[in-house]
Amino acid sequence: MTEPLLKVRGLKIGATAYPPGEKPVAIKIVHGVDFDLEAGKVLGLIGESGAGKSTIGLAAMAYGRGGVEITGGEVWVNGRDILKENLRSLRRLRGAEVTYVSQSAAASFNPAKKIMEQVTEAAIFQNKFSKAEAEARAVELFAKLGLPDPENIGNRYPHQVSGGQLQRCMTALALCPEPDLVVFDEPTTALDVTTQIDVLAAIKEAIAATGVAALYITHDLAVVAQVSDHIMVLQQGDMVEYGTVDQIINNPKEDYTKALVSVRSINHEEKTPTDTPVLRVENVTARYKGTNFDVLKNINVDIHSGQTLAIVGESGSGKSTLARVITGLLPPSDGQITFDGRVLSPDLATRPIEDLREMQMIYQMADTAMNPRQTVGTIIGRPLEFYFGLKGKAKQKRIQELLDEIELGDGFQDRYPAELSGGQKQRVCIARALAAKPKLIICDEVTSALDPLVADGILKLLLNLQKIEDVAYLFITHDLATVRAIADSIAVMYQGKVVRYGPKSQVLAPPFDDYTDLLLSSVPEMKIGWLEETIEHRRMESAGN
Amino acid sequence: MHPILKLIAQRLALGLLLLFAASILIFVGTSILPGDVAQSILGQSATPEALANMRRELGLNEPAVTRYFTWLGGVLQGDLGTALTNGRDIAESLGGRLKNTLFLAFWAAAISVPLAIFLGLLAVRYKDRWPDKLISAVTLTTISIPEFMIGYVLIYWVAIKWRLFPSVAIINDSMTLGAKLNAIAIPVMVLTLVVLAHMMRMTRAAILNVMQSAYIETAELKGLGMLKIIRKHAFPNAIAPIVNVVMLNLAYLVVGVVVVEVVFAYPGMGQYLVDHVSKRDVPVVQACGLIFAAVYIGLNLVADIVSILANPRLRHPK
Repeated sequence: MTEPLLKVRGLKIGATAYPPGEKPVAIKIVHGVDFDLEAGKVLGLIGESGAGKSTIGLAAMAYGRGGVEITGGEVWVNGRDILKENLRSLRRLRGAEVTYVSQSAAASFNPAKKIMEQVTEAAIFQNKFSKAEAEARAVELFAKLGLPDPENIGNRYPHQVSGGQLQRCMTALALCPEPDLVVFDEPTTALDVTTQIDVLAAIKEAIAATGVAALYITHDLAVVAQVSDHIMVLQQGDMVEYGTVDQIINNPKEDYTKALVSVRSINHEEKTPTDTPVLRVENVTARYKGTNFDVLKNINVDIHSGQTLAIVGESGSGKSTLARVITGLLPPSDGQITFDGRVLSPDLATRPIEDLREMQMIYQMADTAMNPRQTVGTIIGRPLEFYFGLKGKAKQKRIQELLDEIELGDGFQDRYPAELSGGQKQRVCIARALAAKPKLIICDEVTSALDPLVADGILKLLLNLQKIEDVAYLFITHDLATVRAIADSIAVMYQGKVVRYGPKSQVLAPPFDDYTDLLLSSVPEMKIGWLEETIEHRRMESAGN
Repeated sequence: MHPILKLIAQRLALGLLLLFAASILIFVGTSILPGDVAQSILGQSATPEALANMRRELGLNEPAVTRYFTWLGGVLQGDLGTALTNGRDIAESLGGRLKNTLFLAFWAAAISVPLAIFLGLLAVRYKDRWPDKLISAVTLTTISIPEFMIGYVLIYWVAIKWRLFPSVAIINDSMTLGAKLNAIAIPVMVLTLVVLAHMMRMTRAAILNVMQSAYIETAELKGLGMLKIIRKHAFPNAIAPIVNVVMLNLAYLVVGVVVVEVVFAYPGMGQYLVDHVSKRDVPVVQACGLIFAAVYIGLNLVADIVSILANPRLRHPK
């Protein structure tokens, strides 16, 4: 058997943490991982955040991000153990034999340089091609990746192309020097689902056309199933399972893999709308100060008490702006909002305190929504004091009740946000919102920053709390799986308009309007060949029209 | 119109407005100074009639607003008035002084700005290693010592002990460029040492800040060397803060060098101003103040415009 392109043996990776006022602590991130990757094959690395996926990917370039250090093991690339090489020879490996595609192309392109210069830089610097050859190759790659105007797009600056286009440019950047291996680090995670499918297809085609091998890192099993030959499942720095895509998806052996495959197991029975909605949005049109463009155009939706309205749409569709209008942060230019039978003042500043209490918010980033210098007890206790004047024992008792409701045990009152995990932080934010005994909670992408299994737990908690507290949710998300899991009714937003609205069973059932169809069919399914099927299906349809 | 031209036009208009406001402040500030100009010209023994005549002659009996606009109108036509103490045209005497000050500032800047940026880049390249620490230690030491002290130390060693350059920096128009440069060598050294640290530290901080960016990692993963990364990827994105601090220091070189001018008996603006403040020669003080304000505002305006031009998002809109 020939030597594999990439051979990793006993790879150990660590970092040093500097807790304030204490001695530096060595942290282990990856504890001994082995795998092989044959030339021209794609290996998917999958796991939740903190599993060590990116760290392992960068180890294929002998690179440690920040204070990360490779502490042991061997990484063989093209028959050389690159961990034994010095920086000088590593610099000939990076950007020539192994290249990298990051999650955020927007941050990974230098804003001050033209795209072409950055795409061809490594190929020219590494003496793989002359400038003219590299540029010709870049144009070829732009075309292969389906970028518009491939001849000239390289003359633009990064901010002059869209996020999806820039992600393709990043792929061109990685492929331009004709590497043997490309490390794709969550290349489509930051994209909208309708953009993701095209970029994914472009990446897959480019991999096939150039015959390059790839490490494909993602937390989304459905995505990795579309592009990989093999999958390695990682959990907290250990390999859990390794196998072909077919085996991992259809016949997972380990419990953890099974949990990843079957995630989003929530079954939620849709409730029928009541006669009197708790919140009624009527003919709302809104624009931001100093602009003459309506971000929201004539929005009409109802939320019924104790039920969930999911607002779904891509970034820029106006979802969060609607939340700002409802909360009074952005007074609408037209239309009105009725809450519990009374018309709300359009401006937050003039709303009475009771109106403020009855409508609470939970945010995407639990991290930045809490004061890092306050304990959990103080954070949850604040609305209790503010709205109900609770003090002393009564306040303590209520805080403990709320902590029990969000399934955090004793001892959390005195902890600081930094001592909590992502899921626990979001739970504290939920408790803070509940503390005000609201009738409506606006949840703005509350599970988007969480790992799938953790997000699942949060959604279950929210549904459970809805039963106990009879609170209504306005649930803003771009994730259709979340919508399926918890909504009673759905509003699909596109370019500031509600294009489809009604009970979940109706909205998610055909016949669809064009946009909802596109949105629904773009959600990756955990099925081998889904990508090709969908792309083929779309091609046929557009040919038919 | 290209949005960048609009932005620049806005900045220019703001700069003029600011200069106008500064002129009011200068005029008001000098007007409320205690004492009487007529009295100080004529001395303690002047008769009341002489004083009244003098006041009328100087227009001091007019309301302040009228005097301000008369003054401003003159300034706009290049007439800065006449000095009370010697009756000379201020614009004329000031012109030569300003030229000398700018000459000194120019050479100090020509040496200190490239040196500071180079040292800043070097400090980033060898961050936390001995070259970085040495550069920081030396520049921070020189900024911490009062400039007259540095001046005297340099005079002692460079002029007296080693006899390399003269200790007194007197120049005039009949000197050749070489002779002039020889004369101002030590003041230029002093000024360089004084402004170096600030610019160097800011260059270092601005580039280190950019070095945290994801696109620097991209460059590293292309296999580029450190110096190339700093030069090609970090520096172009750090220009705005660097230019800002450079302009602040250039402004200092023009308006803040009084002490150095005095130490070296250099015939610049600073000395001229100090002389006439002590003689209560208000028109001269006003003229100097206005020129200093114009230099300060002008250089900061340049910094603003360079920052705007350095931003690719503004230079190449969607």
